[in-house]
Amino acid sequence: MSIHVKYFASLRDRLGRAEDRLAATERMTVAAVWAALWPETPLPPNTLTAVNMEYASLEHIVREGDEVAFFPPVTGG
Amino acid sequence: MKIELRARPFEPLLELGFYQAGLSELSGQYGATAIFVGTMRDFNDGEPVRGMTLEHYPGMTERYLRRIAETATQEWSLLDVLVIHRVGELRPSDPIVLVAAWSAHRAAAFAACRFILEELKSTAPFWKREDAAAGARWVERNTPG
Repeated sequence: MSIHVKYFASLRDRLGRAEDRLAATERMTVAAVWAALWPETPLPPNTLTAVNMEYASLEHIVREGDEVAFFPPVTGG
Repeated sequence: MKIELRARPFEPLLELGFYQAGLSELSGQYGATAIFVGTMRDFNDGEPVRGMTLEHYPGMTERYLRRIAETATQEWSLLDVLVIHRVGELRPSDPIVLVAAWSAHRAAAFAACRFILEELKSTAPFWKREDAAAGARWVERNTPG
């Protein structure tokens, strides 16, 4: 089990990949997931975050098996 | 209620007609049908646009579309809702989205149709990538309306 991380649209293009896997640590937040994977890259402003396909804040605590997504503002319709 | 993502071009008015023809059990109950159709332009930000790709987040996009439609149904006591949204490759003049709302009286249908569209634009995970003269570019934000 691990955390499944997904990136979409311009953010995925910028990072050069669509997904990552990460072992969760205790009390790990969404912000900490980003920092663990991209220690040199600050999270771009306006980035939206979701956990298990629900919008979630950067302070949201993630668990093993969760799917965490990072993506730019949405532009549908 | 029908919520659907389409990977191929569609004809909104034909879809509307077919769907409404299937609402025979509501016949006589609805007095108002409000519809919105969003169509791809051949310009954006003052530049010609030749094509567009609509990316989405499979699973989350459908979940949010359904939730928005359900919220509208509860808020305005709608009789039915239809939402069809494109994904994949689009050309100028291709329809992007169809929203239709049926209610007994016009106020509910008008308000719900607008609500569904605006909520969809601000929360459903879709991203537009335009093929413009200067090359491909991601659309950074939606126009205010």
